[in-house]
Parts: sequence; C-alpha cells; structure tokens
Amino acid sequence: MRELAQALMPHLMVAPVLLPLLAACLLMLVSERRHRTKATLGLLATAANLVVAVLLVFWVKAEDEPSAFGIYLPSNWDVPYGIALVLDRLSALMLVMTALVALMALLFSLARWHKAGAHFHPLFQIQIMGLNGAFLTGDLFNLFVFFEVMLAASYGLLLHGSGPARVKAGLHYIAINLAASSLFLVGAALIYGISGTLNMADLAARLPEVADADRALLHAGCAILGVAFLAKAAMWPLNFWLVPAYASASAPSAAVFALLTKVGVYVLLRLSTLLFSDGAGDSAGFGGAWLLWGGLATLALGAIGMMSAQRPARLAGFAVIVSSGTLMAVFGLARPEVTAGALYYLPVSTFAVAAFFLLTELMDRSRQSEGMRQQAPEDEEDHLPFSMAELELSQGTNLDEDEVPLVGRAIPAATALLGLAFIACTLLLAGLPPFSGFIGKFAMLSSLLEAPGGTVTPVSWLLMGAIITSGLLALLALTRTGMRFFWTPVDRPSPVLRVVEYLPIALLIGLCVLFTVRAEAVMRYTRATAAALYEPRLYIDAVMGARPLPTPTNADRLGVPVPGGVR
Amino acid sequence: MEIVLALAIGVLTTCGVWLMLRPRTYQVIMGLALLGYGVNLFIFSMGRLSVDSEPIMVAGFPPTFEFYDDPMPQALVLTAIVIGFAMTALFLVVMLAQRGFSGNDHVDGREDAE
Repeated sequence: MRELAQALMPHLMVAPVLLPLLAACLLMLVSERRHRTKATLGLLATAANLVVAVLLVFWVKAEDEPSAFGIYLPSNWDVPYGIALVLDRLSALMLVMTALVALMALLFSLARWHKAGAHFHPLFQIQIMGLNGAFLTGDLFNLFVFFEVMLAASYGLLLHGSGPARVKAGLHYIAINLAASSLFLVGAALIYGISGTLNMADLAARLPEVADADRALLHAGCAILGVAFLAKAAMWPLNFWLVPAYASASAPSAAVFALLTKVGVYVLLRLSTLLFSDGAGDSAGFGGAWLLWGGLATLALGAIGMMSAQRPARLAGFAVIVSSGTLMAVFGLARPEVTAGALYYLPVSTFAVAAFFLLTELMDRSRQSEGMRQQAPEDEEDHLPFSMAELELSQGTNLDEDEVPLVGRAIPAATALLGLAFIACTLLLAGLPPFSGFIGKFAMLSSLLEAPGGTVTPVSWLLMGAIITSGLLALLALTRTGMRFFWTPVDRPSPVLRVVEYLPIALLIGLCVLFTVRAEAVMRYTRATAAALYEPRLYIDAVMGARPLPTPTNADRLGVPVPGGVR
Repeated sequence: MEIVLALAIGVLTTCGVWLMLRPRTYQVIMGLALLGYGVNLFIFSMGRLSVDSEPIMVAGFPPTFEFYDDPMPQALVLTAIVIGFAMTALFLVVMLAQRGFSGNDHVDGREDAE
C-alpha cells in the first residue's frame, strides 16, 4: 500500500480535489430520472475518494520523520507566488475523516433522500471537493475559494428536500455565511496589504519581521479573519444559526454538515500554530486566550442547549457545538500533548455526531407513523418537555396488574436495533467507557493533569470541570430523549428499518469501536501530528523549499539545463 | 484620493450593515450587495492607491512599486466579485422561495404586529 502511494505521489495529492469535481461534472450530464446510474456513479466516486485519502495517510505515515510534508504546485510556479497544495499529517487525518463520513451519508441517502430533489449527487460531490480543498490548500486566498465552494454546495444541500422550515433556515444560514465571507475577505486583504503575501508558510516566515507600527494592523487583520472562522466553527456567540439550520436539514446533509464546523476548527488550529508560534516574535500566542475562553463559553452553552433541546435533531446540533467548543478550548491552551488528545477526539466526535444525525431521522420517522407527519418541524420547537399530549394513555394501555402483564412481550427487532444504536451514540457523545469518546476525553484530561512544572493551573482545572460536566449534561439529555422515544410508546407499530439506512449508522459506530481497539496506533499518529504542528519551522521550510519542475520557460531562472535540450 | 476612497468604503459598509439587520428580505439582500461593494473596494485599497501605473511589466522600467501597480489585489477582487455575484443570485432564489412559502417578505416568514 505504501509502495502504491509512493508511486502515485505527488500527483495523488491533487486527486481529492479533482476526483469529486470530475465526478460532479459527469453526474450533471446524467439525466435526473436515472437514479440508479447517478447513485452508482456517486457511490463509486465517494469510495474512490476514500481510497485516495487512505493512501495519502499511508504515504504521510511512511515518512518516519515528523517532517512528512507533500507539496504540490498545480501551476508549476515558484512557491510564494503560485498556488500550493500542502499535505501533512493533520490534513491527511481530516481527509480520511471527511471521506468516511461522506461515504456513510451518501449510503444513507440512497434509501430515499437522493430522490427528494434535483442535483443531490453533483452537489454532494462539490461539497466533498470544497472540504478536501480547504484541508489541502496552502494559501489564504485559495482557502477562501474552497470555503465558498464548500458553502455554495452546503446551501444547496441544506435546501434539499425543500419545505418552509428548510427555506427559512437556509435564508438565515446563507445571510450569516455571506457576512462571514465578507469578513474573511477583509481579513485576508488586510494581511496581504501588510505582509505582501497570502501563502501561509511565507506569511509565517515574514511575521516576526513585520514593523512594529504595522503589527497592530496585522493583528486586526488576523482577528477579522479569525472571526470568519469562528463563525464557521460555531463559537458562542456566533453560533445561533447552527442548530436551526442543521436540525432542519435532511439527515444525510446534516451528517455532512457535522464536518463543516470541523473545517473552521481545522483552520483555527492550522493558522494559530503556524503563525503565532513561539518563534513569531511579538505575535507569539496571539488569540490563544480568545480561543480558550470562547471555547469554554461555547462548551458550557452547548451543554446547556443540549438540556433544553426536545427534538433529537436539535440535540445533535448542540452536540456539534459542544464538540467544537471542546476542541477550540483545548487548542487555545496550545500544549502539544493536550492537542494530541484533542486530535483523537476530533474524528471520534465527528463520527458520533454524524451517526446521531442519521439516527435521529429514523427515530423521527418511527414516531411519525401516527399521522404526525404533517406537522412542520418548526412547530415542534417549543414543545414542553415530555409533552403531555404524547404521554396520554390510550384505552388499551396496560397499567393495571389485573390485566395481562407487559413482561415477556417481545421488543420488535427494529426498535431494539435503533435502541442499541442510540445507546452507543449516547456513550460516545457523553464520553463514557468503553467507547472511544471516553478514550478521547481521557487522553485530554490526563495530559491536562501532567502540567509542565508540576502544578496544574486553575484554567486547566476549569477546562477539566467543563469537559466532565458537559459530558454529564449530554448524558442526562440523551437519556431523557431515549426514554421518551423508546420506552413511552405504547400502541405504536414497530418502525420499518431498511438495511441501507441502518448500515451506515452501524458502520460509523463500528469505526468508533475500531478507534477504541486501535487507540494506541491512532494516538501515536496524533502525537506525531501535534508535535509537527508546534514546530512550524518544519512546515515553513518544507513549503518554501519546494521547487517547480524545470520547463523550457523557467529553466534559466532556476539555473538548470533546459529539459529536452530544445529551445 | 485616500479620503474619498475611505469615505466610500465607510458609507457602503455602514449602509450594508444597517440594511442587513433590517427585517425585510429585500433590505437584507441590498445590504449584502452593498457590503460586498465595500469589501471589494477595500481589497483594491490594499494594493495601495496610485494613478497611471502599469499593472504588467514594461521594458525599460525597473520592477519596483514606484512604476508599477500591485496586480494581486486586482486578481483577488475579480474572484471576490464573481463569487459575491453568484451568492447574491442564490440568495435571491431562496428569498423568492421563502416568499412563496410564507406569503410575505419577513426574514422569519411571519408578519409582525405593527
């Protein structure tokens, strides 16, 4: 596998962007009525994307030094001027996570959602392309472009299936993201105006030499840029759009949206470690405190939100917020060993939330069999806890000892399977043993305790308390929902479960189990990732040292003989 | 020139932000468009203001910013305009769909008791 990856590099690096783009173009050409052809093509492309991502991880892992970087210059221009794609351990990890969640969401959508509106498959591929591009790009402006590609596809996916609730949430979502994109542009332009570069590595190299008079302006630019990412990563108070939008999206779209917040978190981690490392002179540590305290506030309010949520889809939306709040707070501490734990927690929590989004759809559907289907989702937002109407007992309900006992009545298999999946999601989201959610939290907490110098700072204690309390609140909220869904129904027909819908959920949970079993290997990988992240010199040298291939037009400048000898 | 440009950016952005916070969808889309113009002008200004300077190198002049304009912000602004235009068009479609569903042009789809 390593040899194969080695043979295909460096061109394999550009495949995560090109492959979904080509697939989307092909899918556009297939008639909308040929569902089977479209589904097959989409599935093949997504599976191929996963294979590419796995090969890239193998390639990165094969380089034993921490400096495992793949640089690809798509236009063959010299480094700070042309476009550069950069692959390192962190982006490879994100690529695999994206590919896995995307494949599962697509599989789930094949049951019914992909027929619910036009152009689902092309939009889905473009979404994957935008995500992959954002993880691979090495300069700020291409990051903007890939962000927009990703967002444009997400607008389409959010509206997929239509309906008043989706359109309303979509309108708010688009307006917020357009405003955030404006901030992104202002920040990027300001940084360019002062440093004269948009390449992240070049920017990091030049940052220490910025004149003192300009430094405040540069920090302002970085802060404005940061606000755009924070809005995407759902930091409080920029996250009010998230829950209504994600909760009203169709289940497969919502599962993919769980990845979008992780893009914001990824960019924050990438830029804060690269630009504001210890070597950055007066800029060292810029924004760390904001990330830490903002992340803590996000974590706390996300956990409280989980307690207040009634619909499972809203619960999942708040779980997304809790997950990114935890990650931001931990990244704000800027300690490699804690970050390593957080990088283990990142894919696990994403898988769990994605599985939960898919599961909520099945749970909602099982409850809607009693003619509640007409009820628009937003009408349910303000339901009382355990709303009484729902609990009202029907005539034949068995409460009395004189009647036939309930004991011994078989639970329908479908309900049992749903319940099992729900329990697994609960354990993962609350971070309880034996699943990987626990290991991720344990890794973070134990490294928080191993403070440098022996004393654990009050902030670390606070963060630990917040992480543990949020886990407890998540457990309470999820248990309550589980009781309401699986125990209270009395005369409900057992839900119909289709294999193609249950399989992705089972696979996502299976992935989390795999992460538990192979925790040591994954932790080794994330430790190496974190170690490389906090040595930005490696990244800078790798990118700045990349040379374009000699061609007749640049051979003179590069000082090499003209290839082929023709002139 | 600097003052005129700064004023233009400031006025466009102020109007854009104010309109964006209004409750009618039409006002929001106008606000987003104005904000986009403000941002585009801002990107231009980051290439420094100059009159009569070449964006592409000409033989006989040394390649310094004394003789040339920075072409980079112009390339950036072109991309930003295209993306902004497409997004505004998309927003317009969603806005019309919302109007179709709710029968009014309030951003939350409900008429407030005025």
